[in-house]
Amino acid sequence: MARRRLAVRSSVCRSYLPLLALGAALACSKQKAPDEVAQQGPSPAMTPMAGRSNGGAIANEAEDGQWVRPAKNYASTRFSGLGQITADNVKNLGVAWTFSLGVLRGQEAAPLVVNNTMYVVTPFPNILYALDLTKPGAPMKWEYKPGPIAAAQGVACCDVVNRGASYADGKIVYNTLDDQTVAVDANTGKEVWKTKVGEINLGESLTMAPLIVKDKVIIGNSGGEFGIRGWLTALDLGSGKIAWRAYHTGPDSAVLIGSRFKPFYAADRKPNLGENTWPGDTWKIGGAGAWGWISYDPDLNLIYYGTANPGPWNPEQRPGDNKWSSTIFARDPDTGEAIWAYQLTPHDVHDYDGINENILLDLPFNGRTRKVLIRPERNGYIYVIDRTSGEVIAADPYGYVNTSTGVDLKTGRLKVAEEKDPKMGKVVRNICPAAPGEKDWQPSAFSPVTGLLYIPHQNLCMDVESVEANYIAGTPFVGMNVKMSPGPGGNRGFFDAWDPVARKLVWRLTENFPVWSGALATAGNVVFYGTMDGWFKAVDARSGKELWKFKTGSGIIGQPMTYRGPDGKQYVAILSGVGGWSGAIVAGGIDPRDSSAALGFVNAMTDLPGASTKGGTLYVFALP
Amino acid sequence: MNADRRTRIKLVGVASLLALSSLVACKREQRRFRESPPAATSANNVSMSELQPGPAVTNVQLRDPYEDNAYAVAQGKQLFDQMNCSGCHSHGGGGIGPPLTDDEWIYGSDPQNIFSTIVEGRPNGMPSFRGKLANYQVWQLVSYVRALGGLQGKAVRTTRDDHMMYKESEQARDKGHPTPTFVPPTSVKQ
Repeated sequence: MARRRLAVRSSVCRSYLPLLALGAALACSKQKAPDEVAQQGPSPAMTPMAGRSNGGAIANEAEDGQWVRPAKNYASTRFSGLGQITADNVKNLGVAWTFSLGVLRGQEAAPLVVNNTMYVVTPFPNILYALDLTKPGAPMKWEYKPGPIAAAQGVACCDVVNRGASYADGKIVYNTLDDQTVAVDANTGKEVWKTKVGEINLGESLTMAPLIVKDKVIIGNSGGEFGIRGWLTALDLGSGKIAWRAYHTGPDSAVLIGSRFKPFYAADRKPNLGENTWPGDTWKIGGAGAWGWISYDPDLNLIYYGTANPGPWNPEQRPGDNKWSSTIFARDPDTGEAIWAYQLTPHDVHDYDGINENILLDLPFNGRTRKVLIRPERNGYIYVIDRTSGEVIAADPYGYVNTSTGVDLKTGRLKVAEEKDPKMGKVVRNICPAAPGEKDWQPSAFSPVTGLLYIPHQNLCMDVESVEANYIAGTPFVGMNVKMSPGPGGNRGFFDAWDPVARKLVWRLTENFPVWSGALATAGNVVFYGTMDGWFKAVDARSGKELWKFKTGSGIIGQPMTYRGPDGKQYVAILSGVGGWSGAIVAGGIDPRDSSAALGFVNAMTDLPGASTKGGTLYVFALP
Repeated sequence: MNADRRTRIKLVGVASLLALSSLVACKREQRRFRESPPAATSANNVSMSELQPGPAVTNVQLRDPYEDNAYAVAQGKQLFDQMNCSGCHSHGGGGIGPPLTDDEWIYGSDPQNIFSTIVEGRPNGMPSFRGKLANYQVWQLVSYVRALGGLQGKAVRTTRDDHMMYKESEQARDKGHPTPTFVPPTSVKQ
């Protein structure tokens, strides 16, 4: 291992080529009209330097003006090569048409566009709408109602959200709250298959958007606040039959850890850590679902995703590292076998639930291009990880963190500030970041044109008091009284542009409320995001200057996307409808006079009901 | 009217006041040691709607044996945590489940309505606790839930919590709805 350690040391030396990167990007944008870039896919001029991800995942996905999965591409950049809407003309953007979803809960999904049809999934009851983009006003083609069991709403920790669908092979595939994965014929709206994959009476629910890799639909469960046993599962795209399931706790055989498992750090190589790092049988109810994002590298044939928090939140009921909670896994999508794993937050004590997006880029570090995974993590650090090996190259804070002092790059271990650990019978105050972390599920975007990562996130701290959690299957298993507050400065949200090569903040916008929407980057050098008081904003990708904004009917916590319509014009779409964990005070009508309500989030959001009411509307924008 | 008689009237007045207050106090402090077996009572006569077709029929009111009983409210408060009610309803403000501290009662606020809600469950996520608790425990929970909503007499509502301060005590707050505020909450200092 001596050689590997050496590699760690040399790679952290600060030697980057950010200037060269910027130069390449500028050259590129000068040489080609943005829309040409769009037509041709990534150009050679855009290759290796611009802190960009080509050569791998993106290169195989030329820009076709569509949006077939929530993250746009397998590398999860949420970057569109469409460039008709530019920093110069975005000020003329206006509403093209709208559509009421008929459901007034948190709208977290990304609309999809495939073959001139838009597909939108609602929160529970998880209706799927197909809208015909070839006709004026995009009328409904069909709707599909999966009819999920209403009782499932009782096991959804943080509003009854759904994060969207994926398209492949003529099918729209998505999850319902009551643990069913459904495939619907994209043309007719007829159900192709429906598979029950979990059990609400064990606290399991499904909220994430599946990723389809080759002939596999990959999904994971939610329920880290309900004593579930977390898993990732692959279904056959054709039949819906379960192909494999990898648990995140338990013996190696259940975690699909075998001979191909080569974690980078020695401490992770012992057998059956998913069982031995828990007291007794607590791994059976230890949480660690997978309700966030999955990325895929076709060259390495590996999928990447993070596992959720361990349960219960009360850490004294589960001494040990609690593997494999809050962990990034690299797995073979064909067999589910684990290739490497890295635990971001061992023995998580603050609900630093590790499901955030992994953006796959090829970046210059120390003079050579490395295949990395960039990850703005809940625990407050942006990780740069070698995605071939699981080696942490860098981990830099991107907000105020007092629960740890950094990441030890020799061992990969988070250096925890133990004075912020919850203790029974004691109130621990000013824990930053709070339980939703520095950034929650809301996905970032990366532009290969600017080489910048655009990160929507929050600025919250909390006071906690741990109490004994009582396991009753199908009911919450938390054991923590939480009270959140705005972090230092008082604004609860940030929208950052981060240079992953120079590893530093380039610009930052402050928002009053947490920025709970995803980000969208475009070749027109316009970046989009929404706010919880209903503004949909366009900012300059290079400077962060606000270029345009529109007030939608309700707060925005959705994922913006863009597409080319049948008329050749570029459109931008977003769902408006506040909710989710942060917006539960509105969507769930929570009473803020109890500051521990909604797992303590309410205390930081007492003014949201005055800023937004419930909603559920799709807005689509275009230039005149 | 002589002074003696006036004193006598005063005395009678004081005595009757004392008697009255002791009656109330009795109810408040009452402990029951012979609870009915779990299956002996039920809430069969509960209506969830105020609307009745045809002439009005008076519903049979199921009596909450613990209405206005401080001991039951305190027991209910313990059960509220132990049975994970607080997991969904928090300390009354709600979360996964609706708040119990405001004025909105989806399935009714009468004791028998709340009793049925706990035992039967409700379609949008409220689990059925049938067979998980003895009936008297359900009634104790009913008493506490009503105390949370300010529907019990102030004298029997629970007072302070021995916990982090996350809300005013049940006693300190009367029934009513929260009003929107436009002022952001105070932030922490670095």
